[in-house]
Amino acid sequence: MTMERQEKQRSFGFVAPALIWTCAFFIVPFVVMLLLSLAHLEGREIVQSFDLGNYVKIFTEPSLLKGIFVSLEITLTVTVISVLLAWPLAWIIATQVPERYQRLAIMLAVLPFWTSYVVRSYAWALVLGQNGVVMQSLIGIGILDEPIQIMATRGATVIGFVHFFVMLLTLTIYSNLIQLSPNYARAAADLGANGWNTFRLVILPLTLPGIMTGAFLTFVLCIGDYITPQILGGNNELTMPQLIMLQLGRRGDFPMASALSVVLMVLVTLAYAASSRWLKMERV
Amino acid sequence: MKFAIYSGMGGVAALLLSTAVVHAAGELNALVWCDHTDPELLEPFETAHDVRVNVKEYEGTAAGLAILNQSRPGDWDVMVIDTVDVGRAVDEGLLAPLPSDELPTSEFFPEVVMPDNNSRDGVTYAVTEKFGYNTIAFNSSKVDAADMQDMSSLWSGKYDGRIAIYDYYLPVLGLIGIEQGVATADLDSDAVEALRERTYALKAAALQVSDVVASQTALATGEVDILIGGGEWVTAVLSAENPELDWSVPSQGALRWSQSIAVLEGSESKDLAVEFVKYITGAEGQARLATSSCYWGMPANKAAGEALSDAQKGALRWDEQADYLARTQLYPVPDADLDLAMQDLWTDMLQQ
Repeated sequence: MTMERQEKQRSFGFVAPALIWTCAFFIVPFVVMLLLSLAHLEGREIVQSFDLGNYVKIFTEPSLLKGIFVSLEITLTVTVISVLLAWPLAWIIATQVPERYQRLAIMLAVLPFWTSYVVRSYAWALVLGQNGVVMQSLIGIGILDEPIQIMATRGATVIGFVHFFVMLLTLTIYSNLIQLSPNYARAAADLGANGWNTFRLVILPLTLPGIMTGAFLTFVLCIGDYITPQILGGNNELTMPQLIMLQLGRRGDFPMASALSVVLMVLVTLAYAASSRWLKMERV
Repeated sequence: MKFAIYSGMGGVAALLLSTAVVHAAGELNALVWCDHTDPELLEPFETAHDVRVNVKEYEGTAAGLAILNQSRPGDWDVMVIDTVDVGRAVDEGLLAPLPSDELPTSEFFPEVVMPDNNSRDGVTYAVTEKFGYNTIAFNSSKVDAADMQDMSSLWSGKYDGRIAIYDYYLPVLGLIGIEQGVATADLDSDAVEALRERTYALKAAALQVSDVVASQTALATGEVDILIGGGEWVTAVLSAENPELDWSVPSQGALRWSQSIAVLEGSESKDLAVEFVKYITGAEGQARLATSSCYWGMPANKAAGEALSDAQKGALRWDEQADYLARTQLYPVPDADLDLAMQDLWTDMLQQ
């Protein structure tokens, strides 16, 4: 056996566990899901027919098609709002908070992560309710005469999501910001740039990897989330994960659930393709 | 190529079951609804028979049958099932005959013995244990109780934005049908389609469509004042803290739910399983089951009344059962195609 061959075998030995893991827990299940998405339901039985009927139905049946748009609208809204809130927060922590307190500030920022996801959503349901602390405070200080409806609306879903994802984005943007040398801002100032231009032309572009990494994670987690819209949205519009759960839990329509899942994966892949040029994990 | 849908569902179920079912001597494995997991219900039987009752919760007959299909014969001894679905389990050969002469059905409310559902060819396969109503639950301090006697008031506009709809298509579509004068037994695909606009209109008047927990929370916190599909199973358990929560069976009628208990054909502890069925349907077990911490409901056995307090019987509307039983209908029992049609309508309604 030549040295080269031995070296190849040793390399494969190192890679094999990850390869087997990926095959067993991603590629094989995905292929099964893909095949199942080409089947269809007859009565209570699944018939493996290898046709695109489920996909045609997704894009022609209004209630299913609407699920795609609802998911995209909510996810994009959450992502944009979370970035707009997280960047200033991360910047304040990275540049205005003394270094010895930054760890504490970050810990406080991510404190809500320590709470169970379901509990946090139910807590928001109570906070946003007509008799909740937000509405009663607004009425108490005279801003509102009577409660307005937030709970069981898309707004409640967005608030619940933003609360969670601002923390995530703050982490990715903060870790990007603290790697930036202060000399970049000084050099820009030396060259005559004012504060706005320094931010717009120097700092912001340099934090794009942190922003895009956080935004991509937000997109992936948000578009695949079932709990938050289910608890806070009041079932008044269904996102794709809710539609998938309906197919699985109630209809027993595994082929349609698989087809919806494949469409969801395609959307995530498209989001990755759109943001991949900025996804530089080593910068985050 | 065809294969039973349950084999697909079984993937999930098998994972759940792989560590769950270990049958040991002195143990009884019961596939149940959440009201049977109350330790106060199980403890007297466990003590009396020096046995441990292992319970596994499930929701929906399809899920229960899927679990059984993925289990080995003998894994499960007892099963709780919708009374209207007992026939499905009998068809699949899952249930064992019960000694009808040893069951206290003579003490039951006659309407809930339901031999057409619990028996086949004169053989008893299950026995009704608890029943109640899917109707209108409401906050009596905020809603005119007289309006709740007429289901059409929900569409009047008076309560827009103050209504929650229980997120279960069978009882709610059944209720809408009853409001439209269609008996649940007459619901077919055409009749279901005819309910579409009425269903959409109800959704437009509602604040939310929610599961049991979210519905209870919304009603208890004042987020909504009316729950369509609710009943004593929602309000009775909250009656001590929220005495203003009430429920009614409107003039048009309502739906009656009913659950049965059965012994599984594959059980290797049939005698013990029968004893468990006798305990659950006896006066003491019935009283405990009726007031289970998960949800309350009427005991099938009238003898349980002696073990319930006046307040508990009041919350269950004990004295009005004769009237309610006469005016309520059983759940729709759709075949596979009608079931999918009803679910399609429900999904369309949710996306309105």
